[in-house]
Amino acid sequence: MAQKRGQRGASSSADDPEVVARVPLQAVLLADSFNLMFRPITLERPKVLLPLVNVPMIEYTLAWLESVGVEEVFVFCCAHSQQVKQYLNQSEWTKPAARLSVTTIESHDAISAGDALRVIYEKSVIRGDFVLISGDTVSNMSLAQALHEHKERRKKDPLAIMTMIIKHSKPSNVTHQTRLGTDEVIMAFDPETKELLFYEDKADPSQRVISLDKILLADSPALYMHNDKQDCYIDICSPEVLSLFMDNFDYQHLRRHFIKGLLIDDIMGYKIFTYEIHSSYAARIDNFRSYGTVSKDIMQSWTYPLVPNVKYFGCCSNMKLDRQGMFKALDVVQSRSAQIGAVTLVGSGSTIGDHSVISHSVIGQECTIGRNVSIHGCYIWNNVIIEDDCKLNHAIVCDGVHLRTGVVLEPGVILSFKVEVGQQIIPAYSKVSLLPQPSIQDSDEELEYADTNSGVIESPSITSMISTRNAELSSDYSATENSGLSEVGILGVGYIWCSYEGGNDEEWRHSVAPIPASKLAELSHDDYEDPDVSYQEVNSTPVSGEMRPDSEITGDDDADGTDYGDSADFDKEVEATFQRALTGVNQENVILEINSLRLSCNKSHADCAGALFLSVIKLGLEAPHSSNGELYQNTAKEINRWKDILKHYLKSVDEEIEIILKFEEICLEIATEFSPLFSTILSSLYEKDILSEDAILSWASEKEGADESDKIFVKQSERFITWLKEASEEDDEDD
Amino acid sequence: MARMDFEVVVLAGGTSRKLNPLVSQEVPKALLPVANRPVLSYVLELLEASNLKDLIVVVEGEDAALRIGGWISGAYVDRLHVEVAAVPEGVGTAGALRAVASYLTANDVLIVSGDLVTDVPPGAVAATHRRHSAVVTALLCPAPVSGPSDTGTSGGKEKAKKPVRCNIVGLDPTRQYLLHMATGAEVEKDIRVQKSILRAVGQIEIRVDLMDAHMYAFKRSVLQDILDQKDKFHSIRQDILPYLIRTQLNSEVSDNGVIKSESGMDNISSQNDLRWLSQHREIAPSAFQEPHAFGLKSLPDARRTHKCCVYIANESKYCARLNSIQAYSDINRDVVGEASHLSGYSFSAQNNIIHPSAELGSKTTVGPQCMLAEGSKLGDKCSVKRSVIGRHCRIGSNVKIVNSIVMNHVTIEDGCSIQGSVVCSNVQLQERVVLKDCQVGAGYVVTTGSEHKSESLARK
Repeated sequence: MAQKRGQRGASSSADDPEVVARVPLQAVLLADSFNLMFRPITLERPKVLLPLVNVPMIEYTLAWLESVGVEEVFVFCCAHSQQVKQYLNQSEWTKPAARLSVTTIESHDAISAGDALRVIYEKSVIRGDFVLISGDTVSNMSLAQALHEHKERRKKDPLAIMTMIIKHSKPSNVTHQTRLGTDEVIMAFDPETKELLFYEDKADPSQRVISLDKILLADSPALYMHNDKQDCYIDICSPEVLSLFMDNFDYQHLRRHFIKGLLIDDIMGYKIFTYEIHSSYAARIDNFRSYGTVSKDIMQSWTYPLVPNVKYFGCCSNMKLDRQGMFKALDVVQSRSAQIGAVTLVGSGSTIGDHSVISHSVIGQECTIGRNVSIHGCYIWNNVIIEDDCKLNHAIVCDGVHLRTGVVLEPGVILSFKVEVGQQIIPAYSKVSLLPQPSIQDSDEELEYADTNSGVIESPSITSMISTRNAELSSDYSATENSGLSEVGILGVGYIWCSYEGGNDEEWRHSVAPIPASKLAELSHDDYEDPDVSYQEVNSTPVSGEMRPDSEITGDDDADGTDYGDSADFDKEVEATFQRALTGVNQENVILEINSLRLSCNKSHADCAGALFLSVIKLGLEAPHSSNGELYQNTAKEINRWKDILKHYLKSVDEEIEIILKFEEICLEIATEFSPLFSTILSSLYEKDILSEDAILSWASEKEGADESDKIFVKQSERFITWLKEASEEDDEDD
Repeated sequence: MARMDFEVVVLAGGTSRKLNPLVSQEVPKALLPVANRPVLSYVLELLEASNLKDLIVVVEGEDAALRIGGWISGAYVDRLHVEVAAVPEGVGTAGALRAVASYLTANDVLIVSGDLVTDVPPGAVAATHRRHSAVVTALLCPAPVSGPSDTGTSGGKEKAKKPVRCNIVGLDPTRQYLLHMATGAEVEKDIRVQKSILRAVGQIEIRVDLMDAHMYAFKRSVLQDILDQKDKFHSIRQDILPYLIRTQLNSEVSDNGVIKSESGMDNISSQNDLRWLSQHREIAPSAFQEPHAFGLKSLPDARRTHKCCVYIANESKYCARLNSIQAYSDINRDVVGEASHLSGYSFSAQNNIIHPSAELGSKTTVGPQCMLAEGSKLGDKCSVKRSVIGRHCRIGSNVKIVNSIVMNHVTIEDGCSIQGSVVCSNVQLQERVVLKDCQVGAGYVVTTGSEHKSESLARK
């Protein structure tokens, strides 16, 4: 209703700002990321409440929404919804003085953003255009222009239902991910209207070529393809978006399903547009790497005014900014000999011991840091105790963690709430939690979401956590009950999680730690190899008639997935078929099967004959034998048994010669047992009419010019050959 | 004007099958008259204007080569230094180049298709090529608007005038580099862009409104290497150019050698230009990100790149290729019409060209954008609109010629009506012949009163 009124008003009375303003700007904030990126931390606390430079992430999102003039926010909570609600109830946002109204919508069956939007649709609270954002987004952009463009477009074209905010960000050429640790996104849009035409965020890395539908260019003369744009995950949506999610109940993921569905299936002709921001900041914290990157950006004031020393969030009022981006709460107790380096924040109530060095890190509130501690690139939350001589490098340390003397955290370590670590080195990329890793890891993502939201994780709400802490402090719990708890050293409490999915190999991508140089070198090497592959691939698509012969050589067969190109493989296939014949398949069927194999592999009769002969000989070899005589007997028997099939493929002298050559090869390479029997078997093949004298004679004459080494078998069969010759001469004389 | 170290190869083709029945053994494609001048003369004069006077003209077929050679030596005897080389028919453009490659010595080679009618200065293409020290530079023009011959006098309404899709071109944001090119049948397929190239530049502009004009500047050493090594390559457009574009990030051609001798600066820029394009423009580069974490500096410099560049002709320039009968009509119309500066003739006040020796009967009108060459005679009450009439034609009375091309020595008897047609030399149209959208091959006789529509008439 309200939206309709707004539209009519806008179109009739020019641009009366009052009429437009009457529709309050609404926002849907998803307080659940519906993925497992922040596990194990998110087992205990929802992601939106995790501190980002000592302020819960959702604060940044809400502050931004307030700053852009959003009046009503619907916070959708799912996992840990009690915690989120409790937090919001205590926060400034729900006080009567707040400039925006925050309403929570709770659902426990939602396992995806799609489900969340369906729930919101059913509540029918959205009356007009709304901002769709997830509660882990940090931005300082101004929405006015984007909103204006969106509304103008809607007036002209009701099908323009969504405006996506994007930002320039070039993914690394080596890792193909952005500095936020997200995969590269390939987008295409219309240069004039900025309509989004193509969106691919999970590009198949083996695919070297991006294929754009030709329809995209049917109407417009040009389009832009980008991989240097970052999706900010801030969308301005029209109410139709919600009903689209309702209609397409299988849409789960906002991008993978909804955007692609709209672009590819072209539902009702709905269109998505983009709005690029240039100088302002917008980033979503999707993984640990972006957590680190955004934290640094905040400390370097890229997100101004959402920075620690501005009284934006009621809490952090007493921050003092020193040179080089060094923030220190006024009540920090710092030893004279301790050094705090650049781009570091130390929260209030923390103490830092002698000779400790801290740089590029965030230290929360009420932390105790001992002597000779080195902390570099770490995110240490509240109430953490770090004893003397610890070394921390690019780690995330959650609330209440206790590191005993001499602990070393290698890059990328995550220590979840209240983990205790004894004297030990925690290897790189380890994740340690008090909660055991859920044992059943289903590869189906949606089920994993379900796991996240199931009641088990619900339990440690803020209040209950205090009680558990008490329980854990009693050492018997940690020492005796669980053998796994000793994983983190003497007096340690916690399980080391083994990495799920993709394995440790991919862990570096999303870790807070910088990408190791060795990895980069390896990747750039791979990258260097790439173009060859792409060359071949492009090559095998018929670019022009002339290119095709080339590509066939490079192995088109491989492209079909069936690799019969190699003759050895063909031999194996024939042998397998032949083996089936042994188990009682009709001989004629064997011939049929071999024929079809021959056609599919593009082989000649001669190849079949050779392969078959090999199989027969092998049969002879497999039968138990103790002397050459027995071997001959066995082989002769097998030859006799299968001569019909063999003869089927011996249509001409050429194929017979092929068999002799194959036999030579067998004697030399495959089954050398046969070499002394060559001439005997040859003559028995002759006797059984499998080989003709023409074939044997022409084989012998072919070999005459060959190397000595090639003539072993000719010599061995010399007597037989001369006999043949004489016999044929006699025949001639008879004629 | 300083001489440029460029050699020019003009690929004049042979007797294109597409242009039947207009071409024949006597009139190879290069000699087809456009506003009464062989089409090849447009290229030759264009080159002459850019001071490119040493040319090799490659012709398919011995006979055609003799004819073209004869004409050039007659027409350009003191102006150009032209070698005419004959190659067997069907060797393709790459084959034609292979035949003359060993004669080339200059650093760069300019290759021009002989059927190009344009006013884009080849010097501009050459200069772009030099400036980037590119491996290849292609001339791209706005795709021609297909002219479904504006029928009748009603004039061409701007209905559904869409540019013809000749190519799909991928350009970098500065529109200097050629990153993707689809030609021929590929144009109708889905667009397949190489990811590695997109990654290198970050943004590719895909355009379908540009046409490959078949004027290329090549680095000579690279061209020769490719011709030697890739003996399957048949065509420049379909094989050599796509190959160079595809491999530009992982060059297999020896790019150095020649450049290094020029200047050190050049070489550096050639290595780094694409990289330069891809440099970060990040709003918030975190200062304490490890320098190698996302920088490109750590890339092994083992990878060699080469550059494929483009020169995009201005919208105002004329550019067309005579590669179809439709194009032949369009070009003729344009050269005496919109692009009249190309014809080299001076137009009368009525915006047409009537040779002084031409004779017009009473009440005969020759409209604007028409051409009537020397010695042609028109009877009474004729009407000529937007047409070109060649030399020594005899045209009777009450003849209507609209949107047509009439070549030399054509006899048109009384009462004929010709619309949208091409009439070749020595054709005889007997009385009251009606032709609409027809092509009449050389020497054909169209009998009295016959009517033809959309037909191709030629001697068997």
